[in-house]
Amino acid sequence: MRLLSGLALAVALFSTSAAFAQPTDEADTRAPSRDWFDQGKLLATGGVSQVEGAGGGGLGAWALISGYGSDHGIGVNAHYTTVLLPDYRLDTVGAAIGLFDRLELSYAWAAFDTQAVGAALGLGKGYTFHQNIFGAKLRLFGEAIYDQDQWLPQVSAGLQHKENDRGAVIAAVGGKGAVGTDYYIAASKLFLAQSLLVNATVRFTKANQLGILGFGGNKHDDYAPQVEGSLAYLFSRNFAVGVEGRTKPSNLAIAKEQDAYDLFAAWFPCKEFSITAAYADLGNVVIKDHQRGLYLSVQAGL
Amino acid sequence: MKKLIFLTLLGLATPAAISPVWADDTLFADMGGQPGIDKVVDASVDAYLADPRIAALFSESNIDRVRAEFKVQFCQVAGGSCQYAGHDMVAAHKGLHLTNADFNAVVEDLQGAMDKTGIGFATQNRFLARLAPMQRQVVTK
Repeated sequence: MRLLSGLALAVALFSTSAAFAQPTDEADTRAPSRDWFDQGKLLATGGVSQVEGAGGGGLGAWALISGYGSDHGIGVNAHYTTVLLPDYRLDTVGAAIGLFDRLELSYAWAAFDTQAVGAALGLGKGYTFHQNIFGAKLRLFGEAIYDQDQWLPQVSAGLQHKENDRGAVIAAVGGKGAVGTDYYIAASKLFLAQSLLVNATVRFTKANQLGILGFGGNKHDDYAPQVEGSLAYLFSRNFAVGVEGRTKPSNLAIAKEQDAYDLFAAWFPCKEFSITAAYADLGNVVIKDHQRGLYLSVQAGL
Repeated sequence: MKKLIFLTLLGLATPAAISPVWADDTLFADMGGQPGIDKVVDASVDAYLADPRIAALFSESNIDRVRAEFKVQFCQVAGGSCQYAGHDMVAAHKGLHLTNADFNAVVEDLQGAMDKTGIGFATQNRFLARLAPMQRQVVTK
């Protein structure tokens, strides 16, 4: 149901934006009709959609506001991401809206398929955890792109509220809850003369495997600060390559949760579309070590 | 501990050697000296005039004078031995009510002009890094 309402919201956003985004006929008068969907930001400066739906890289949230709306405009986008691991598969779909380059609202629906592991654990082959993730991010201060003469990064604060549908299994593996909220502070800075984008985020979370295995556990049940960081080198206006890392708590006694890393390449052929491919290493996930595989994400928007 | 190491690595990967953007004295030469900059200015002004997003901003301008002023200003910004004596940035854009979207449209056209005149992406970024802080003076709306 939540998925349906989320998709309905995304569709509504797109149809509204399509109605608004008619090109203006007046090429040479500036006063009237400026588009809400102005695509007024520079290419790639909205980032891509991270695994929980916020504007960011693949794993981590960035301080940049998703989409291409300028400080006088709005940007909307939808994304689909799949992570193909040796023993699991994660699929997420979602949408985000960036308002006036100040506030970002996002929604993502995630499905984590345990494939054969589900059978081994007695849950059934292909047992799947689902999550609804509602995100909000507010840009606080700083200007990641323009302030090339200053060290101050752009800084945003955000939260991600996550609802997992497998409370009974989560309780059985030692998790303390099926619902949780992450809070984060993200800093982003473009070092333009070096063609380098740097991001660092501190996230306060209780989530087990991003919330797929619930929140809190029999080992730890408190908010712990975790870090996310990334470096992206811009080879051209359309193409960036980078590395990311994200630490995670290890709250459950049944399995040691490990930090996640990836190497990514993102291609931005235009402002309406981007595709990101990564080789991601999520470490141990429950009874399976070395969960490394392909991360693929596409984003389309206005 | 792991987090500390991670943060330290991130710190190291962001070298302290990343310098203030002005400490770069090869940029003027890398842009092809004054002939290279002249080409960039001519191509970019052509692009502004053809760009429906911003063409109207130049409707009251003497385009020849705009080109001449940009050539001197870009030379100075790139580290050439020119002294830009034109309008200061605040005065030059007063009353135009420019937005970030306008500023970015100019940047995109300038990038296209630098592509066209054969200036490499990394060199483009070194130059744009010096222009970018002007956003604070130019954008008033």
